[in-house]
Amino acid sequence: MSPAAAQVRSPAEIVDAAPRSSAALRAAADRAFLVACLAFTGLAVCILAVLLITVWRQGHERLGWDFLQNFTSRKPDAAGVKAPLWGSVWVCAICALTAIPVGVGTALYLEEFARKSRLTSFIKLNIANLAGVPSIVYGILGLTAFARMFGAVDADQPISIGNPEGPFFIQFPFGNGVLAGGLTLMLVVLPIVIVSSQEALRSVPRSLRGGALALGATQWQSTWNVTLPSALPMVMTGSILAISRAIGEAAPMLVLGVPLFIRSVPTNLTSDFTVLPFQIYYWANRPQAGFSELAAAAILVLLAVLLTFNAVAVVIRQRLQRNAG
Amino acid sequence: MKMQALLVSAGALLALALAPAQDTKALKGTVKLDGSSTVFPIAEAVAEEFSKAAPGVEVTVGISGTGGGFKRFGAGEIDMSSASRAIKKSEADACKAKRIEFIELPVAFDGLTIVVNTGNTWVKELTIEQVKAIFLAGTAAKTWKDVDPSWPADPIRVFSPGTDSGTFDYFKEVVAGKEGKIRADMSVGEDDNVLVRGVEGDRNAIGFFGYAYYAENKSRLRAVPVVNPATRKAVGPTPESIEDGSYAPFSRPLFIYVNRASLDKPAAAAFARYALDHASELVGEVGYVKLPAAIIDRAKANLAARRTGSQFLDADGKDRHGPLAEIYK
Repeated sequence: MSPAAAQVRSPAEIVDAAPRSSAALRAAADRAFLVACLAFTGLAVCILAVLLITVWRQGHERLGWDFLQNFTSRKPDAAGVKAPLWGSVWVCAICALTAIPVGVGTALYLEEFARKSRLTSFIKLNIANLAGVPSIVYGILGLTAFARMFGAVDADQPISIGNPEGPFFIQFPFGNGVLAGGLTLMLVVLPIVIVSSQEALRSVPRSLRGGALALGATQWQSTWNVTLPSALPMVMTGSILAISRAIGEAAPMLVLGVPLFIRSVPTNLTSDFTVLPFQIYYWANRPQAGFSELAAAAILVLLAVLLTFNAVAVVIRQRLQRNAG
Repeated sequence: MKMQALLVSAGALLALALAPAQDTKALKGTVKLDGSSTVFPIAEAVAEEFSKAAPGVEVTVGISGTGGGFKRFGAGEIDMSSASRAIKKSEADACKAKRIEFIELPVAFDGLTIVVNTGNTWVKELTIEQVKAIFLAGTAAKTWKDVDPSWPADPIRVFSPGTDSGTFDYFKEVVAGKEGKIRADMSVGEDDNVLVRGVEGDRNAIGFFGYAYYAENKSRLRAVPVVNPATRKAVGPTPESIEDGSYAPFSRPLFIYVNRASLDKPAAAAFARYALDHASELVGEVGYVKLPAAIIDRAKANLAARRTGSQFLDADGKDRHGPLAEIYK
């Protein structure tokens, strides 16, 4: 028995340890605890509701097809979120497509394959700490590693492959295009994906793995066919939370030198882009009243994008669960 | 053969000289601009109008800050850098090290505005000494009476933009100089709208921000005339007083620096010309003050002749100080 399990007391022990004064007192404490829990939940929901209602009241009149179809403008009435909307969709898609495989792969290695050594526990400790690093620091890392590639290639003469007008164009270094943005966001969320995937894998009972191995499965077969499918719902939940964070990041984009004014949508991986949080931050800072309405409307668009991403992830999760079942 | 090539290039040169306002509709390419968030509304307005005139050109404008913009400019990543102050010697040296030559284009004035609550009846004007008494860390007046004995003994509440902003930097340079320190016990807001609300809600408040924020909120706040140290006359911030330089020392020029090599790209060259041609009509619309025509003409001449370097750095690389009109003679 592990030391953690030894500390869990049986119900009989708890009852014995409680003051013998009266059952009524314990029942009252029980109710008080329930009331406190409800109050805190209610408070959280209230704050969220107030926030959403304020934003909705301020911004809903600006919402409309024009708002989604127009580029930004100095005139509030002509301004829209076309460029940041598609920029956000592009970078978050890139972030999800890179962060989830890399993060889950790392977690699988650390939990299932790596031998317990000082090195692996050191790596685990570091990953847990990285989850708390401010995102602006990752922005600097992304700028150096992806946008400039450590200065290995001269920025004036990038090495390019493909037709710059077409969809399959890539250049080294990446510059501040959608690929550099997406990969920087991947860095931001990677520790979260890894840690939550590790937790998910740890929650799979040892006996399941043991059963598979006893039937003659290899380590890989047991991981792929048994451990991963039963951990997947939790893995996906962690990933959804991580990507939701990525959608809301503005600070690393600022460091990356992402423009605020742009009148085009991304067409390939090196296209210039901007993101919704960046646009919201700027509009909220403007003195003219019209811009704060635009900021509120853009927040609503951001929430819609966030919910769409989450809905897609939930559908995928359910599909996978059904298949696993 | 050689003669022919010479003739062709001479012809091309002639065509360029004869058609400075070429048709922008056919232009293609990209123009990358980054830098000051103060200059952004101007750059945005120019870029928006230019995009209509030249739909084939993709213009992007960032807000990395004046210093951040110069860093990217010095690394050759962008065509133009916008700045709420003149380039520093260290930044010019960084450009030189990368063999980047630049042309300095002043585009507008910004007037730093000191504001008080509309219920404040006692402050009619402020001298620089009084501003120092209120804002410097050493004196940091606790009550209005500390500034002028005839004013009420009510505590002063000071509102200031974020200490990372170019606005704060500029205010600090004028009021505290290089050595001095601005008091720390201020309500600091990164969002200037918060400052507007703060000063609006407190009869004893004083604060400062860019003229654009005051221009939008004229009914909610009162701008304090500042005594010009040269003429000893109190002058309020108006487009006229900022333009003619009488609102001193709290007016500052805003710039766009253009990489000389980028001017070889027709799109970037057209954008730079467009910015100077249309700055005067656009800056007022976004809350800034246009430059006198003479300065714009001088900048246009510099651009046409591709005269590189900053007018704010002399031949030895020393800083030059003074009103823009004197430096751009």
